[in-house]
Amino acid sequence: MRKFAKGNEAVTIGAIYAGCDAYFGYPITPASEIAHTAAEYFPPLGKEFLQAECETAAINMMYGAASAGKLSMTASSGPGISLMQEGMSYLAGAQLPAVVVDVMRTGPGLGNIGPEQGDYNMAVKGGGHGNYRSIVLAPNSVQEMCDLTVRCFELALRYRNPALLLADAVLGQMMESLTIPQGVMEREDPSDWCVRGDPDTRENLICSIYLEPDLQERHNWMLQDKYESMQKEAMSESYRCEDAELLLTAYGSCARICRSAVDALRDEGLRAGLFRPISLYPFPREELNRAAAGKEVLVVELSNGQYRDDVRLHLDACDKRLELANRMGGNMISVDEVLGRARAMLEGSS
Amino acid sequence: MIVRSQGFYPEFERKAGRKRTTHYCAGCGHGIIQKLIAEAMADLGIQDDTVFVSPVGCAAFCYYYLDCGNVAGPHGRAAAVASGLVRVIPDKIVVAYQGDGDLGAIGFNNAFQAANRGDGFAHFFVNNALYGMTGGQMAPTTLAGQKTTTSPYGRDVVSTGEPLKVCEVFDQLERPVYIERVSVADSKRIMKARKAIRKALEIQKEGKGYAFVEILSPCPTNMKADAMGAAAFVSEEMERAFPLRLFRDRSGEEPPRPIEVEARSIDDIVSADYEGDAIDDLPDVRERRYKFSGFGGQGILSLGLVIADAASEMGRHVSWFPSYGPEQRGGSASCSVVVSGREIGSPAIDHPDVLVAMNQPSLERFLPTVPPGGVAIYEESVPLEATAPEGVTVHPFPASRIAAENGAPKAANTALLGCLVELGLLDMPGEELRRALVRSFAAKPKLVEGNLAVFEAARGHARRELL
Repeated sequence: MRKFAKGNEAVTIGAIYAGCDAYFGYPITPASEIAHTAAEYFPPLGKEFLQAECETAAINMMYGAASAGKLSMTASSGPGISLMQEGMSYLAGAQLPAVVVDVMRTGPGLGNIGPEQGDYNMAVKGGGHGNYRSIVLAPNSVQEMCDLTVRCFELALRYRNPALLLADAVLGQMMESLTIPQGVMEREDPSDWCVRGDPDTRENLICSIYLEPDLQERHNWMLQDKYESMQKEAMSESYRCEDAELLLTAYGSCARICRSAVDALRDEGLRAGLFRPISLYPFPREELNRAAAGKEVLVVELSNGQYRDDVRLHLDACDKRLELANRMGGNMISVDEVLGRARAMLEGSS
Repeated sequence: MIVRSQGFYPEFERKAGRKRTTHYCAGCGHGIIQKLIAEAMADLGIQDDTVFVSPVGCAAFCYYYLDCGNVAGPHGRAAAVASGLVRVIPDKIVVAYQGDGDLGAIGFNNAFQAANRGDGFAHFFVNNALYGMTGGQMAPTTLAGQKTTTSPYGRDVVSTGEPLKVCEVFDQLERPVYIERVSVADSKRIMKARKAIRKALEIQKEGKGYAFVEILSPCPTNMKADAMGAAAFVSEEMERAFPLRLFRDRSGEEPPRPIEVEARSIDDIVSADYEGDAIDDLPDVRERRYKFSGFGGQGILSLGLVIADAASEMGRHVSWFPSYGPEQRGGSASCSVVVSGREIGSPAIDHPDVLVAMNQPSLERFLPTVPPGGVAIYEESVPLEATAPEGVTVHPFPASRIAAENGAPKAANTALLGCLVELGLLDMPGEELRRALVRSFAAKPKLVEGNLAVFEAARGHARRELL
């Protein structure tokens, strides 16, 4: 069954099919429709919806709900996500599952409500304190807004870790056909770790404090091992890469623009391909290296090279030219601009 | 013989080394308060049902001692954590325990809002007029003139305000069921505190709502006194600013009734628009990029949506991307629609194959972006001052006039839909669009008839005048 849905609504639909128990959030453009639809859809399904007094409250309400073994979510945009960073660190430290949706807008500061991808580092590198990682998935369509929300819940629960859906204003506001998920996600019994006010969980403890340095270090090592073990969950898509001379790489709505650019270049007989990471943490490192082998790389993003830095970091060899095409401030990069940069690189290398 | 306190763990194993003593300083109130809570939990038989949220600071280690489910919250956020808990385990007992810096300063709004919502938990607020574990700094509750590590000349009320009276503030709210201020400075006062703590937990057991108990408590270490001196400070100095009293007990009153929301199924809520599953590629369908533009309120976004819906119903790939934000509240609005036989790349459009413009700013802005071979249709009453790029076909269309003549003056967008159909720019049968148009008025059935009349009249006009 299909529906013609807005990206933000698709997130709420995904959350419903993931079995999300509760939504705690504070409204902000361009993420508010997630709260609007959750407010409408959750109560008749017996799920909890609460408009929190601030983002800090929302993330801590999620900490409480997750402590009880329940699945909860929130959605916001840059300024609100910034406020949640302490809570993200606590969720990671106490090993609690929760899903945070960031429909990125323009920054820094108040910025504006146009699309940007400037929250990349905050999301992927962990904007809170301490040695932790969040799972980060980056949709590029309304369908993925839904499907990757489900996946965020799945991974958050599997690894007992916060997961972030890193979307942007384009994906939140656009409408496309959505194939509705079939059936609600099954989940494992959290009795061995949660605290929900019953005899089975009375002995359990949710906390992230270890006063002894050795114990705190052991906790940290255990977390690092867990993050390492997530690598097998890496997701990516390679489009027309096989015989390409130039590799475009982008995530989210930028990858849509690059797809159009690749098709246009191919129509001109120019051999370009696109590598799109779907998971930003864990990063699809091997897949990137396979796609980029022997090719020049054009990174396209709506931020100041934050994603480009990670591409460089993950490339085993960076002996070919690597360039950045980017816009900021709420301006979309146009297919024309990407084409211009790609043609220049292809001509320069021949 | 020392009688083991009920409600505490038999041995305090969560703290390495010491098995039977707490980590609190001699004369500290925390140990007494936690013992009162533990005994009350045991007496009420609620240990299995209780989740206790501990704060940061000295009481961060409540979970060493209290034999119930334990959650350690971030600084200031125990109330928010408890709010989250009670929302997902409403039939259980949730307790939040916070100090005065924790609750009165950083987390005040979370506590205040939880109280205002009447979230069903017992909220214990330990007021010792300073930050304890952090190092004796000034708290919102520090007394006027009191010296602390961050008020070394004494708390100056001119620059730092008066001691914050949390009970008195919360007493302004409607939803708290119980508010009392007590003290654990001596045994007589402890007996009253014992009663208040029990009452707050009983209210939870009975599911009656939010209960707040402020407990004045000595901190000999940071009050720079021995146990007796610290207790005297609490009774003689603190009680002047924070008088002990029962502010309210509404546990005998009926709580307000919630708004009933009728249960619905997921299928009902996530109602499908179309049969069938994922969209296949359709090699025969050419990709078309449409830009619809005009003033907010002219139905520009709806016009794009009707076309997108029709194409989606036919199993085509479609994206619809609006301008949004301040623009949609008065200024110009536009949306981009891409219809394709294959997966769509960019949903934003630089060069529309078809431009529909309903006002002059849009026409001037977007007409130069239409590529050769493209078509621009605009509301006839808009003066065309820009020059169309070479190879672009331009049609003025009397959309507003046709709409007005057919009794639906607001349906100029529908007239343009008819025009697009008739010019073959939508690559879809008119019947599909007619049906999509009807669907778009599902919530306003009275408008269907008028819009259909406009739609057909516009088709007729386009057929006669433009083909």
